[in-house]
Amino acid sequence: MPGFLGTLNDAAKAKVLTVQEFATLAWNALRFIFARPFYGGDVVQQMDAIGVQSLGIVLLTGFFTGMVLALQSSVQLQTFGATPYIGRLITGSMIRELGPVLAGLMVAGRVGSGIAAQIGSMRVTEQIDALNTLGTDPIKKLVTPRVLASLIMLPLLTVINDFVGILGGNVIASLYIGLPSGLYWRTVWEQIASGGFALHYIPNDFIMGLLKPFVFGGIISITACYFGLSTTGGTEGVGTSTTRTVVAASVAILVVDYFLTQLLLFFFRP
Amino acid sequence: MADEPRDQTLAPGGTRNRPDAGLDGDEAPRRRAQDDELAPARRTSDAPLRETRGHRVRQAIRDELSGDAPSDRPLAEEEGPAEGAVIELERVHLSFDRPILDDVSFLAREGETIVVVGESGTGKSTTLKLILRLLVPDSGRVYIDGQDITQLTFNEALRVRQKMGMVFQGAALFDSMSVFENIAYPLREHTELTDEEIEARVREKLEFVDLEPDQVMDKLPSELSGGMKKRVGIARGMANNPEIMLYDEPTSGLDPLTTGTITRLIMKLQRELRVTSVVVSHDIRSAFRMASYIALLSDRRITFFGTPEEMSGSDDPYIRSFLGGF
Repeated sequence: MPGFLGTLNDAAKAKVLTVQEFATLAWNALRFIFARPFYGGDVVQQMDAIGVQSLGIVLLTGFFTGMVLALQSSVQLQTFGATPYIGRLITGSMIRELGPVLAGLMVAGRVGSGIAAQIGSMRVTEQIDALNTLGTDPIKKLVTPRVLASLIMLPLLTVINDFVGILGGNVIASLYIGLPSGLYWRTVWEQIASGGFALHYIPNDFIMGLLKPFVFGGIISITACYFGLSTTGGTEGVGTSTTRTVVAASVAILVVDYFLTQLLLFFFRP
Repeated sequence: MADEPRDQTLAPGGTRNRPDAGLDGDEAPRRRAQDDELAPARRTSDAPLRETRGHRVRQAIRDELSGDAPSDRPLAEEEGPAEGAVIELERVHLSFDRPILDDVSFLAREGETIVVVGESGTGKSTTLKLILRLLVPDSGRVYIDGQDITQLTFNEALRVRQKMGMVFQGAALFDSMSVFENIAYPLREHTELTDEEIEARVREKLEFVDLEPDQVMDKLPSELSGGMKKRVGIARGMANNPEIMLYDEPTSGLDPLTTGTITRLIMKLQRELRVTSVVVSHDIRSAFRMASYIALLSDRRITFFGTPEEMSGSDDPYIRSFLGGF
């Protein structure tokens, strides 16, 4: 196929190949969670690197997000005379949307770039080949621990993000509107309960709010590992992989968020 | 071509497919005089092996290059691994966007050191990756200890790799681990040794490569010099006592003294532990010191396969220019 069509053909095939390789990596990374050997030490190490060390930025961003949300919405609610509902608004937004998505974006930037840089550097210094040579499957040793750690840690980070956001809302509500904290937290609980319960005790909002970060964690870690493992071209290549990871993971989070929300509202419409 | 036949004795039933050649009785010593004490006495007892296909592979390669070979390649009909060969590449073709290797064959026996030389980018490192089965050839076969590794699954290939130790160009030490952890890594992965045994083995290997264990064991790779990294890389490669060692440009980027040290180390491994080695190198001087055979890779093929003496005695213009002032 000559000329322009040929270039188009090659480009299209390359994209499809990328998707295929990504899907294969994702499948292998997930199924090796149950395979031997299982590198438990590496999982714990990654849980520290991904979860514990992201705590700082999650606390900070969550708190300020909650505060700005309260600030903006208090203006709107005052026109309706509905300021006591500020707790419900902040809780609903944080748990269902802002908590998962913002925590996801923060972690995509911090953890995604870190993983891509680390694995990319290993690739260009032949350390991945060395692992293969020494009889270790690099996916079991490097990718699966990071994916598993992300799947566990991102929901936990999101819970903290949500809580700190609602707390920030509380601060603004009591400072600017003069809303008593007791009233605020009662409306928070009302919002959570209004979504309905699954199995009697689990609020549906929690299920929705934790399923999203679970999926986002998988997206971030697998994307980072994919770009890291396919790094070529020395240190410049590592930089390119890192950038691509953050962009791709962030965009994917936002796009998948929409479709997930559609799906969840279909199942959990109160 | 006045080639030197390899056999000490002419095995009575020995035949070769070449119609006009015969095996002459005397074998010129394969090694240089000063290495005579290193020349394995086993060569004579190996004589019956000499007439096997493995020998014919070598001879046919050299005959082809010298132009004496018949047009019908005797190898074409023969399939299967050569006896006694530890590593064998048989008519390997490999290409990515462009052809890298075209009909490459060579053979290494136990205890031999094959040095693959050639210009940069000719596919020398690719040859090592084929032996390690990090790559699979488009056609042709790779045999390790007689087993065809091109057909293995990923997990079976991981097991075969345990017979081999590889030293990468930059040593490829894991930079998040200390020297001790790097060398211990293959032991922890594949053996059931206790911590004391692992420590003893790591110390043994560090001493073998002339490093002081207590001084380097806890250092990170970023704290080591180039020569030390290479030596730790060799120690890690030999940690599991493999029968095959592969080296990718072991002396590149090193000063002359360290180059000599590394070369002596490779020869020491060969001499004391009888490992079979394949070394990819640019360094002709070291190659001549350590090689049992030299394979010259150019234009995607092996254009020369023989002893260092044969190479330095060759009239071929490419070889002469390759050897340069050496």
